[in-house]
Amino acid sequence: MDTLASLAHGMAVAVQPMNLLFALIGVLLGTAVGVLPGIGPALTVALLLPVTYKLDPGGSLIMFAGIYYGGMYGGSTTAILINTPGESASMATALEGNKMAKAGRGGPALATAAIGSFVAGTIATLGLTFLAPWLVEVAVRFGPEDYFALMCVAFITVSATFGDSPLRGLTSLFIGLLLGLIGIDKLTGQARLSFGVPELLDGIEVTTLAVGLFAVGEALYVASRRHHGEETLEPVRGSLWMTKDDWKRSWLPWLRGTLFGFPIGALPAGGAEIPTFLSYSTERRLTKHPKEFGNGAIEGVAGPEAANNASAAGTLVPLLTLGLPTSATAAMMLAGFQQYGLNPGPLLFADRPDLVWGLIASLYIANVMLLVLNLPLVGLWVRLLAIPQPWLYAGILVFAAMGTIAAKPSVVELSMLAVFGLMGYAMRRYDYPIAPVVVGLILGPVAENQLRRALSISLGDPLVLVESPISATLLAIALIALVAPFVMRGLGRFRAQED
Amino acid sequence: MTRTVDRAAIVVAVLLLALAGVIFWDMSRLEISSTYGLGPKAMPIVVATGLALLAVGHLVLAWTTGLPPRESPDAKPILLILGGLAALIALIGLGGGFIPATAILFATTAAAFGRRAFHIDLAIGLVLGTAAYLLFDKLLTLTLPAGPLERLF
Repeated sequence: MDTLASLAHGMAVAVQPMNLLFALIGVLLGTAVGVLPGIGPALTVALLLPVTYKLDPGGSLIMFAGIYYGGMYGGSTTAILINTPGESASMATALEGNKMAKAGRGGPALATAAIGSFVAGTIATLGLTFLAPWLVEVAVRFGPEDYFALMCVAFITVSATFGDSPLRGLTSLFIGLLLGLIGIDKLTGQARLSFGVPELLDGIEVTTLAVGLFAVGEALYVASRRHHGEETLEPVRGSLWMTKDDWKRSWLPWLRGTLFGFPIGALPAGGAEIPTFLSYSTERRLTKHPKEFGNGAIEGVAGPEAANNASAAGTLVPLLTLGLPTSATAAMMLAGFQQYGLNPGPLLFADRPDLVWGLIASLYIANVMLLVLNLPLVGLWVRLLAIPQPWLYAGILVFAAMGTIAAKPSVVELSMLAVFGLMGYAMRRYDYPIAPVVVGLILGPVAENQLRRALSISLGDPLVLVESPISATLLAIALIALVAPFVMRGLGRFRAQED
Repeated sequence: MTRTVDRAAIVVAVLLLALAGVIFWDMSRLEISSTYGLGPKAMPIVVATGLALLAVGHLVLAWTTGLPPRESPDAKPILLILGGLAALIALIGLGGGFIPATAILFATTAAAFGRRAFHIDLAIGLVLGTAAYLLFDKLLTLTLPAGPLERLF
């Protein structure tokens, strides 16, 4: 078993004291940002990118992965104890979890969320361990045209297929692609969309865009509608421990949630919301206690929480093997690889097995750390919610500005931060998705590069895109994914008129 | 039911069209192209076309369903935060240094979220800025802009 040998080797890397420390910092930070409303794992990784520039790549990436996993654990705490979920991936958890907390069963709700996250995270990491080497074998055969087609699939599914509105999703994506055009064209050395501003020649910094959209945009949005109601924190009353009955009602939802989360996370389907809601509606249908649903059923917490953790591990499959990010956090992790000149994909598995397998092995360790951090120490995390909102957001903005200054200390860069912040505010106000912008900026130039490579190898013959069976299939999938939401909506409207 | 026109959607459409125009204008000034395959103009053309199509989509939207309903925002906090950012940019641009710049941003943001203790927040911001400066500039050797205050360390 090659995989087991690689994993054992990775484990040896992961248990080095420095890497353990990075993993611990990652899960601590991740849980904290998961608990705090307003900051998520994607923003945290974005803020840390410039700060970690000079650190060891392996350690930093282990830390980023810890933040990703930790964010999924921490989000449940906020969802259960305040009705506003810290992360969109925890929205389904809030439905039943907050009801449980109001009924004095906050402890078991937190416990089933944490243990379910652990079970799902571990199973899904096992899935990643055994799926990744296999996918790498497949990806080795990919030519540039196949990579281009794959990115088209990712563009469409992330923006159009699964969002509320394909029009708004595609608009976000094209804004991202536009930002990706800015700077010197690597093949001909000509400046595009730079208007003679030297700061623009290197292109838009991913950090500046992400921090502007996520941190400044969020702060502006929350501040502008602060007068629309306050949140109440439910204290954790009674025992933290689950009863025998709670265990009996939780274990199947955990496993089913994992089965939803891992494959959907691994497909370029955009984020963790879909599997969590699928899991919620499935548990609602299968439950033996239908009366409790809507009033705090433990299945409704166990399933979605397992699903969102499993999807985080699933997202790492295409990220590590193909360099394809399918969520905002994964996109920021890809930027993390890029800042060290590393390109995730088959080559990275061959060239830097210590780094890739060390990262995968550290995920098992991070999961154990998170279980310990979240179960007995949950009271500590709840105290984070006591930070007054003005200071919390003021602190976020100070660190946002600092991250940008550290990446590129210039007035132009800070002005862009403010502009992206306003853009993030407008996008939230009019309900445009944020993740496609970031994915467009990061993947747009890569996709252009692959397309131009494919066409220069074929001496300009565009048929190369459909002659490769892989590429043809993927482009067909992209086309279906683009058309499907419009067709289905048309059908829906048609039916509505019939009624 | 009478339908009103959604002005926001029209504004988005105009913006998207303007962006498409800028890309197109910029692209037309590129001279060198690759010998084989696609040159540097191909991707800009794709993006500009896409943006123009999306602009048309928004125009259709403006006269049909419109953008999702939204609440009326409170402009004051937005102006406070943007003012804080402007002060930060000005201070850094004029060599005022990292610490006072972040202190002002901290205090204005806190004010935007309803705090009414500007001087106390300014002091907290100074402490936070100093701590961040020492941690990142001295310990992690990142270069943060230095002003008179920072040179004391």
